[in-house]
Amino acid sequence: MKLIYKAPETFTKKPTTYCPGCTHGIAHRLIAELLEEMDLVKKAVIVWPVGCSVFGYDFIDTDATVAAHGRACAMATGIKRAHPESFVITYQGDGDLASIGMAETVHAAARGELITTIFINNGNFGMTGGQMAPTTLIGQVTTTSPYGRKPEVNGFPIHVAEMLATLDGPAYIARASLDSPQHINQAKNFIRKAFKAQLLGLGYSLVELVSTCPTNWKMTPVEALERVRKEVLPVFPIGEFRVVKGVE
Amino acid sequence: MMGERLLMKGSEALAEAAIRAGAQIFFGYPITPQNETPEYFSRRMPELGRKYVQAESEVASINMVYGAAATGTRVITTSSSPGISLMQEGFSYIGNSNVPCVVVNVMRGGPGLGNIAPAQGDYFQATKGGGHGDYHSIVLAPHTVQEQCDLMYDAFELAEKYRIMVVVLSDGLLGQMMEPVEFKDWVDVSKLKTPDWAIVGKGDRPRNLISSFELDPEGLEKMNLALQEKYKKIAENETRYELYMMDDAEYALTGFGTVARIMKTTVKMLREKGIKAGLIRPITVWPFPYKVYEDFADKVKFFFDVEMNEGQMLEDVKLGVNGKKPVLYYGRLGGVVPTAEEIYKQFRLHLGGC
Ligand SMILES: Cc1ncc(C[n+]2csc(CCOP(=O)(O)OP(=O)(O)O)c2C)c(N)n1
Ligand code: SF4
Repeated sequence: MKLIYKAPETFTKKPTTYCPGCTHGIAHRLIAELLEEMDLVKKAVIVWPVGCSVFGYDFIDTDATVAAHGRACAMATGIKRAHPESFVITYQGDGDLASIGMAETVHAAARGELITTIFINNGNFGMTGGQMAPTTLIGQVTTTSPYGRKPEVNGFPIHVAEMLATLDGPAYIARASLDSPQHINQAKNFIRKAFKAQLLGLGYSLVELVSTCPTNWKMTPVEALERVRKEVLPVFPIGEFRVVKGVE
Repeated sequence: MMGERLLMKGSEALAEAAIRAGAQIFFGYPITPQNETPEYFSRRMPELGRKYVQAESEVASINMVYGAAATGTRVITTSSSPGISLMQEGFSYIGNSNVPCVVVNVMRGGPGLGNIAPAQGDYFQATKGGGHGDYHSIVLAPHTVQEQCDLMYDAFELAEKYRIMVVVLSDGLLGQMMEPVEFKDWVDVSKLKTPDWAIVGKGDRPRNLISSFELDPEGLEKMNLALQEKYKKIAENETRYELYMMDDAEYALTGFGTVARIMKTTVKMLREKGIKAGLIRPITVWPFPYKVYEDFADKVKFFFDVEMNEGQMLEDVKLGVNGKKPVLYYGRLGGVVPTAEEIYKQFRLHLGGC
């Protein structure tokens, strides 16, 4: 029988701690596959966040650290500046990156730090029980927006990819979605370009991945994917927002 | 061979000493009264092929320090009180991650925005934690520009020996004064090796993980106990203090940093009047030299502690003296630096008249 698909070698044998249908696992897989395909496993240092993926180092076998909540880009800056030969990735949720860590993210991007951020946008704080995030949609019910997110009370969702694309420091900014095989392939392609941006020394790179949190959305995995297509992608459209010369 | 003798401003001498001691990379954010230090680093580091990064905040700079430290690189940041408050989150993470780094706090008047005058109000914060959880950093308190320079070398060595953060607790006075300094020899940075625990990419070894995180309570307790073991060892081996004219002293003055320097003059003034006074000066304020106070409690009539705060070190002095003799106190707040004469007068009041 011909083997057509297998788990990446860089995955540890540990079962992941994510809920059924959570797309964190798919994002991990894409990273691990690309590290292998691009021969980066031995150079990689992944800065894991505070959030559901805080245990990421348990699943992907590279040198790793866990930053304080939101500080991944600052810590990654320290690692990369001190040791430029390392290939440095931050993996961050929307609470981590867009709430507490917004300043660190914007400034790392503005400095053009040679690091790559994988940004999981699942519209809420997963780990702490589904509170409102900066990416929560208008009208979306969360445990801290029980009447639905209202702009006059909670402001508007932040479009991280579009916002960072206005800066001069980033070499590559894109948003992809993990809701279908086609979109997952596209996501992988985007992450490959983001990695390339770092390898070529072109600047900061970030791929926002529209993700699901079936548990806190109180949906089945399939319903969660449908919600992404129907409700989330119209607000957070996928595509490339900044591609400097050399990345394409 | 010793290095040359130069007349330098404390804040710049400190940076030069750190550079000669092997600092490879600096992260920081401006705050008075220590801006000359990052400014000096920003000029000098690129000259030597080393690195300087201005962060967007102290929260970011300490997390950059944390990242660089995790690669086993000699890294330093400097700041002043309000900036140090912002760094406390990072200090706690660094503490439980066992990575070495050096932080200089040029203390100023507080709390809050306070002012930019020299003060000592961050003693509690520096020695008792400041960030969350059970952790310590080694805290060195120089009292002259020369000592501040010498301690930069020790700071990096201690940091690496114990994989711990070392704080140099300074103040605006030591930063702003000019004094002749003699630097120790340059550390040969080409001999500094990436330690085997560093995260730089796993290459052909099993991967390294640097983290302060452990969800399982028993696992975390184990990490905590290991930290406490390390702290015990540091307290046993690295506690430092200076005794000044204490041999035949009947009265022990005590203070740290800038105030202790002023008190040396006071001690001389008292000696000129035939009063047998001496000075106990902690150099490590963590670990605190409790035992030396305990020992002198049998020999002196009382202790007189002077600080530029509301008696923060006083608590440690009292713990050392353990009730055996009176511990008297005089302090100035808000960035007021007491004079030697003022301290002399205050001491004489306790003697029963001047
Ligand atoms: C300083 C600090 N504040 C708050 C928390 C609590 N906390 C843990 S995870 C989290 C939210 C994470 O949400 P997100 O980044 O969206 O990741 P997800 O869990 O959804 O993957 C929060 C607020 C913390 N650990 N540290
Ligand atoms: S809570 Fe949400 S984000 Fe966290 S693992 Fe479960 S589904 Fe994924």
